[in-house]
Amino acid sequence: MRGLSAGRFASIARKELLQLRRDRLTLAMMAGLPVMQLLLFGYAINTDVRHIPTIVLDHDRSRASRDFARSMEATGFYRLVGEVESYDEISRALRSGAARVALVVPPRYSSDLSRGRTARIQLVVDGSDPQTVASATNTAVSLAAARSSELLVARMVESGGQPVPMPLEVEPTTWYNQDLRTATYVVPGLVGVILTMTMVALTSMALARERERGTLEQLIVSPVRRVELVLGKIFPYVAIGYVQMTLVLAVGKLVFDVPLVGSIALLYVLALLFIAANLALGLFFSTLAKTQQQAMQMSFFFLLPNILLSGFMFPYEAMPEPARWLAQALPLTHFLRIVRGITLKGSSFADVASELVWMGAIFVALVTLASLRFRKKLV
Amino acid sequence: MTSEVVVHTEHLSRRFGELVAVRDVSLDVERGEIFGVLGPNGAGKSTTIRMLCGILDPSGGRGTVVGYDIQREPERIKERIGYMTQRFSLYEDLTVEENLAFYSGIYGIGRRARRTRIDEVARTTGLDARRRQIAGTLSGGWKQRVALACATIHQPPLLFLDEPTAGVDPVSRREFWDQIHRISSGGTTVLVTTHYMDEAERCHRIAFIFGGSLLDVGTPAQVVSRRGLRVAEVRVDRPLDAALALREHPGVDEVAHFGNDLRVAARGGADPEALALEVLGPRGVRVLESRSTRTTVEDAFVSVVRSQERAS
Ligand SMILES: Nc1ncnc2c1ncn2[C@@H]1O[C@H](COP(=O)(O)OP(=O)(O)OP(=O)(O)O)[C@@H](O)[C@H]1O
Ligand SMILES: [Mg+2]
Repeated sequence: MRGLSAGRFASIARKELLQLRRDRLTLAMMAGLPVMQLLLFGYAINTDVRHIPTIVLDHDRSRASRDFARSMEATGFYRLVGEVESYDEISRALRSGAARVALVVPPRYSSDLSRGRTARIQLVVDGSDPQTVASATNTAVSLAAARSSELLVARMVESGGQPVPMPLEVEPTTWYNQDLRTATYVVPGLVGVILTMTMVALTSMALARERERGTLEQLIVSPVRRVELVLGKIFPYVAIGYVQMTLVLAVGKLVFDVPLVGSIALLYVLALLFIAANLALGLFFSTLAKTQQQAMQMSFFFLLPNILLSGFMFPYEAMPEPARWLAQALPLTHFLRIVRGITLKGSSFADVASELVWMGAIFVALVTLASLRFRKKLV
Repeated sequence: MTSEVVVHTEHLSRRFGELVAVRDVSLDVERGEIFGVLGPNGAGKSTTIRMLCGILDPSGGRGTVVGYDIQREPERIKERIGYMTQRFSLYEDLTVEENLAFYSGIYGIGRRARRTRIDEVARTTGLDARRRQIAGTLSGGWKQRVALACATIHQPPLLFLDEPTAGVDPVSRREFWDQIHRISSGGTTVLVTTHYMDEAERCHRIAFIFGGSLLDVGTPAQVVSRRGLRVAEVRVDRPLDAALALREHPGVDEVAHFGNDLRVAARGGADPEALALEVLGPRGVRVLESRSTRTTVEDAFVSVVRSQERAS
């Protein structure tokens, strides 16, 4: 087998860069898309946790119960949209989306309060939106805790320092259990999602474009090696990937106040493999597609499982076994752990090394696949 | 001078599903010659070239190009050939110079040699003034020159040109052919396909292919003389009637309108002038003027294709 040629690789890479530089529209999109997406996603998350439509099932019908409901509304998180008479009505309201949260006050709420027993308030939360669950319960629980400690102090004074039961408790109930997540959890993940989306799409068109424009025939009749071609086409887009990542992190920090706890340098180094893996995948799609449009469709189809399985939307641990196997094969799954680990928890290289091994294996597999699949033949 | 075979095929075939695009083609192309491949649309010219370049697998037969087997060693072949595709296939968003630099890079021309080589090619193809122009904005004739320059940047000993002058004006075509002859005089073998019969006459040897089959190979003079045609230009008073009448005669191979004249080709060495008088006299068509003329490759080509069409 003849050796690989750095000159041929460099020629391909330089050509891609030149073409990219002349393609202003694509360049503008590569910069505009991440920022736009981030703002959309970010603000969507923020507005979600304000003015959540809330209904009240008040069995007690006392001043104390109405007080609690009103203090909930005063936080700005809940908007009281009506009263209901039964649990059936609650489930109807949640299902229709008329309400996302229901406050249930038991019959002896005020008498429990006044007799020094623990008064329990139930909060039913629509779990279909994990963001709602987290903020709705957190807010109600802290509200109750604040109330409770006021009462507690008063009662302890009354009882002369004797221990007294908790005056007020909120029991949150969700439709299904979600781990609690906040906006800061989502934005770092978005770095990975946006990179997956644009990197795969960019390279998926790289070979398809040559095929469409008729330049592929001229290329495959040359002595260029397949690996040289594949790597030469991946390389220039890495820079674009880094620009996008920087944009998302910067906007995330400035607009959404996402903490960057760990080493940014480490993140940038590790991101290289993730970006490269996505580019290789795009190129693999490119070997399958006949036209640029097909290539585009493939990369969109690919995005869906990434968003669903990678842990971006649903926690990896909560997924069934087969879905987890699939998730392990997605570069995004591993990168999410790395990016969240580093930005939110300050993970070190050792903490995320195993994810790196996975991504490395995926990258090598994809480059091999793309190189093998790309035949230097017309049909 | 001892001849050396640069392209050699035996029963080379290629089918696409039911369609046989190339059927049983056996031919030899010798070193240093300009070998023309003539055939109507869909004859299998491009398919043949693609197999010879190692980018399309044959479905039958075998072949060697510059000494290497087209199926087993295509990458060896690729280092030693230049190929100008039928469709313009340079990067339209790059400048002329960037295209040249790209191809010299992927053909492994070192950085230092690259500069001088690009300068040289730009000069000989007359591209110097347009080096910084974006390739997509060039006119058809200039695009073909750039494509030729790219295909020859690495000075391959064998050059494939697939309809290099399609859609190019006559002056540019002449210049292009001068260029081909210059390349050939340097020892490069050229295999070129074309629809233009005047170009066929500029080749050292030509091959007719039709329906995927090789019908004849030889120098233009050999191919023409083998058809045994004699041609005359005949001026008559009622050309349409005359053409109809002449075509019915078994000795007439072909009648074509050339302005006021009819170009009449007669088979089997018969005299077309005498034939015209014999056929047209009884029908009351007057022959005003006639003179015999040289039989061209076009006459031979049309004759071959027509007889094939009649046979199938
Ligand atoms: N990839 C392919 N798939 C299916 N059929 C094909 C393919 N390539 C060529 N053909 C068919 O094979 C036949 C020969 O095609 P080819 O391109 O070799 O003809 P050609 O002599 O170059 O014609 P033209 O003068 O129009 O360029 C045609 O009928 C064409 O439709
Ligand atoms: Mg063709």
